[in-house]
Amino acid sequence: MKPPIIALIGNPNAGKSSLFNQLTGLRQKTGNFPGVTMDRKSGPWSIDDQTTATVVDLPGVYSIYPKSLDEQVVTDILANPKHPDYPDVAIVVVDASNLHRNLLLFTQVADLGLPTILALNMLDVAKEQDKDVNAVRLAMRLGVPVVRINARTGEGADALRKAVMKQRQEPVLPGKPLFDPADEAPALIANTKAQYGLSNNYLALQYVIQHDGFTFLNEQQRKGLDTLIADHDFREVPFQAGETITRYKRIAQIVTEVVTDQRPIGKPTWTQKLDRVLLHPIWGYTIFALILLLIFQAIFAWAAPFMDGIDTGVAWLNGQLKESLPPGPLTDLLTDGILAGIGGILVFIPQIAFLFLLVSLLEESGYMARVMVIMDRIMRKFGLNGRSVVPLISGVACAVPAIMATRSIGTRRDRLITILVTPLMSCSARLPIYTILIALVVPSRRVLGIFNVQGLALMALYLLGLLSALLAAYVLKLILKTKERGYFIMELPTFKLPRWNHVGLTVWESVRAFVWEAGRVILAISIILWVLASYGPGDDIQQAEEAVRREQPTLSPDDLNNRIASERLEASYAGKFGHFIEPAIRPLGYDWKIGIALLSSFAAREVFVGTMSTIYSIGSGSDDEGVTIRERLQQERNPTTGGPMYTPALAWSLLIFYVFAMMCMSTLAATQRETKSWKWPTVQLIYMMALAYGAAFLTYQLMA
Amino acid sequence: MSKRSVADLKIGERAVIQAFNDEVMSLKLLEMGCLPGAEVCMGSKAPLGDPICLHVSGYCLSMRKSEAATILVD
Repeated sequence: MKPPIIALIGNPNAGKSSLFNQLTGLRQKTGNFPGVTMDRKSGPWSIDDQTTATVVDLPGVYSIYPKSLDEQVVTDILANPKHPDYPDVAIVVVDASNLHRNLLLFTQVADLGLPTILALNMLDVAKEQDKDVNAVRLAMRLGVPVVRINARTGEGADALRKAVMKQRQEPVLPGKPLFDPADEAPALIANTKAQYGLSNNYLALQYVIQHDGFTFLNEQQRKGLDTLIADHDFREVPFQAGETITRYKRIAQIVTEVVTDQRPIGKPTWTQKLDRVLLHPIWGYTIFALILLLIFQAIFAWAAPFMDGIDTGVAWLNGQLKESLPPGPLTDLLTDGILAGIGGILVFIPQIAFLFLLVSLLEESGYMARVMVIMDRIMRKFGLNGRSVVPLISGVACAVPAIMATRSIGTRRDRLITILVTPLMSCSARLPIYTILIALVVPSRRVLGIFNVQGLALMALYLLGLLSALLAAYVLKLILKTKERGYFIMELPTFKLPRWNHVGLTVWESVRAFVWEAGRVILAISIILWVLASYGPGDDIQQAEEAVRREQPTLSPDDLNNRIASERLEASYAGKFGHFIEPAIRPLGYDWKIGIALLSSFAAREVFVGTMSTIYSIGSGSDDEGVTIRERLQQERNPTTGGPMYTPALAWSLLIFYVFAMMCMSTLAATQRETKSWKWPTVQLIYMMALAYGAAFLTYQLMA
Repeated sequence: MSKRSVADLKIGERAVIQAFNDEVMSLKLLEMGCLPGAEVCMGSKAPLGDPICLHVSGYCLSMRKSEAATILVD
């Protein structure tokens, strides 16, 4: 039997996700809602000895009328009993400190006629504000079970379980709906119910008002509803406004009966005092800038010891394996192919963990909403909007979730522009490339006592990415005209202490996703590359080796081995490929070895480093255990000048190239999915690549 | 014309919502608890005076100045 579905519904910031984490813990899964690419979080919750239910966390909404794409999912499920996620029991999580506004959504869900439970959360916050909510009276007034919970501590989870069990055995349905559309438009509701076989008045109203967004209705059904609307001369905007006003009027009555509010009038809360500083014209921006600086310091400086530890560990393991295993192609594959690839992935875990730790702390505390407010005016100048800040900041971690986060931007044009420019923000996959190249050409010194020069160079690259994103947005704003109006009506949540289990889960999820999703690609490409670099067409490789032995009989054994190794690489499939594209990248200062890495990194940027380690550990002979990729790059000589290959000009040209280049297939796929067209990913690919080539060309030519 | 809107309020100033002059925008504002007859208080303004933060029905709501201008007050 299919497990019963329990849907969690609620306003943003009502504690829905905390409750979800309490109920499911680490057993939760992230997937997609069928038909849409919206993240669907679900997990098992055993409600009694025999039954394990599936809890589904629906996106937070203020009302059943969606204002953006991600909110659409909620109505799409609740209005369609055939939907696989249609709940057997709906739990509406309600913030007791703001009962008034939270009850709007609750009454809408209850009026749809689902078995509903009200989970009354944040009673402690209400208490702090000198408000007391009488749960028993609330249950009597609403006609549904009300359970007092504390989603942060998990208090009340047992009572909630019992309430769900009871709702399943003998459902208590809310009696009289709070708002009955048949009072206002009896003929339209009756005809819609008859024509579409519906039994619930409020559901019929949803068909009438929202049918354009319902994916489960076909063309003909939608046309039928349009005809009904025209026949009954129904005007949806005033009707909907009337509904909201009526609901609030009745809710206000309930709230006065169940809430005792003893708050002294005019006493500013903690949040209000904090806001005075955080939204201040000078302090607001100063604090935001300092927080950004802190994030970069954490990523670059604090993560370094952990990264060095992983680096040394992998090098040591590699050495041990080479000593204990018999030499041969299989051992080489294991050490130089697979282990080098895995090392290249593992080493970035500390940075990704730090980044997500800080970003989720900012989200959790409520600070991120303040950032949106102080940035909105500036962002608007560039054709973006305050909500674009979260995608842009998330873009520092990874462009794929960042592009998905643009769904909360209600305006289509703002959203499209945000999608197109987000990949210009330097993502964590670029970090490995930045780190290695910066370490090669920028000295590790301190200025002003605290700032590492390397950290500042890194920050400059990130700023370059940000600036180019803003400029690109500005240009796009001039190109893409729209009549649609954007809006920025947003709740400023009260400041809260972060929930550490939440933050921990976010960090764990992102690290896991990086290691598994990106890691598999990187590992596969590392292995393929190793094969391509070790074998060549016909006996070219043997011939290259023999040629070296013949022509250079006087070399010392070490030099001879190095020479042979690099000639062998040049004769391999990978080498031939690199040579093939060399003419195109020569003006940027790159040789065929870098060419191989560039091509392979199109799958994902982080592959660049894996490829470089594969190429160079093959290229320089493999007896030098414990030597990291950074040291190998430093040893690399330019064959024509004899000086170091990685001059500042080359390194900066590469750095600049990676700031702009659209080297990520997953991002293009995400853009394709989100814009539902091939036009926009193509535009994105072409403009970013042209930018990268041009900027890298200029950098190299000016510095060389 | 002479009607004042929420956008004209000074920080800390209170007013009572009378009506809206933009139907579509009013739907969203109503859902967020900006109801005719409700008291609002200008909480704070972002640098450059836009967006603004409004205290309404027990919480803090931010919106752009142009959106606040659609809420008429007495």
